[in-house]
Amino acid sequence: MSVEELSAKEQIRYSRQLMLDGFGMDAQLRLKNATLLVVGCGGLGSPALMYLASSGIGRLRLMDDDLVELSNLQRQVLFKVNHLGQPKAKAAAKVLASLNNEIAVEAIVTRADANNLDELVNDSDLVLDCSDNFATRYAVNRSCYAQKKPLVSAAASGFNAHLAYFDFRRAASPCYECVFPEREDNPSDNCATQGVIAPLLGIIGAQQALLAIQCILGTGETGVVHSYNAHTLGQKQFKLPKDPDCDCCGK
Amino acid sequence: MQIFINDSAFEVPEKASAEQALVTFGAKPPFALAVNGQFVAQGQYQHLALQDGDRLDILSPIQGG
Ligand SMILES: [Zn+2]
Repeated sequence: MSVEELSAKEQIRYSRQLMLDGFGMDAQLRLKNATLLVVGCGGLGSPALMYLASSGIGRLRLMDDDLVELSNLQRQVLFKVNHLGQPKAKAAAKVLASLNNEIAVEAIVTRADANNLDELVNDSDLVLDCSDNFATRYAVNRSCYAQKKPLVSAAASGFNAHLAYFDFRRAASPCYECVFPEREDNPSDNCATQGVIAPLLGIIGAQQALLAIQCILGTGETGVVHSYNAHTLGQKQFKLPKDPDCDCCGK
Repeated sequence: MQIFINDSAFEVPEKASAEQALVTFGAKPPFALAVNGQFVAQGQYQHLALQDGDRLDILSPIQGG
C-alpha cells in the first residue's frame, strides 16, 4: 500500500528537500513509503535517526534492549536527563515521534540476535547497523545477506570510525565479513573501555542517514568502505571486492 | 623503495610482498589491508608484490557505536 501523495503540511515540512535538484516529489514519496530497521539507538543511532525521522522516512523500527544511562548523554544526543533509566528504544521513539508527527516509529526493546533478526529484516527495505558489539554486527550482516536486504553499517570508537554500504540485492555485493571476518581475537575495545570523542558519532551517524537516503533513492554505491580519522578530519574510501572465501557470502 | 603505511613512509626491499611490509610495520591482527584504495584478501598478502610509492592502509575492526 504505497502512499502516492503528500499532504499540504508535508509539502511545507519537506519543502527544502522537494526543491533540491534531482530530488522532488517522487523522491520524497519513496522516503515516505520506506521501512527502516535501525539496530542500536546509541551514539550512531541517535544522529542517524534524528535525520532519518526529520527527512520523512515513513516507518522507523528501532531495536535496542539497553536503558539510558548518565554516561550515554555525552554523545547519544537523542536522550535527555528525564530519560535516564528508560529503555533506549522507547525513549528514542518518543523523541522522534515529537520531531516528526507524520511518520510511524516503533520501539522494539529486544537484543538483536540470529533468532529474531530475519523476520524484522525481511519486513524492512533497509537496515542500519548502529550496534556496539561484534556479535550483533555479524548477526545483522548475515541476516541482511540471507534476506537480500541492503545494509548501512557503521562503527566508531576512540577517534576512528568505519562506514560501509552493502547492497545485498546485488549478487556481486561484498559483505561486512569480507572486510572483517569473524575471529576469536577481535579486539574487545569499545566505547566503554576506550572512550569515544562525541562529535565523531554525529559525523558518522549523519553519513549513515545520508547513505540510507541514497539507498532508498537508488544512488548508493555498494562495497565501498569509508574510514574516518577524527584527529585529521580525513576520510578515506576503499573499494571492497567480494571475497570468494568469505564465511558469510563466499562459496 | 619507499611505500606508505597509514600515511607514514617506510623503506622496504624492491618487490617486497604485502606480507613483508606488514611485518615491517608490526601490524597486529586482526586487521584488513587495503593497497592503493582497494582491499586485499588475506590469502594474497604473501603473493602481492609491492611497487615504489604504493599506499597501504591497515584497518582494525571497530565494534563500538
Ligand atoms: Zn562476505
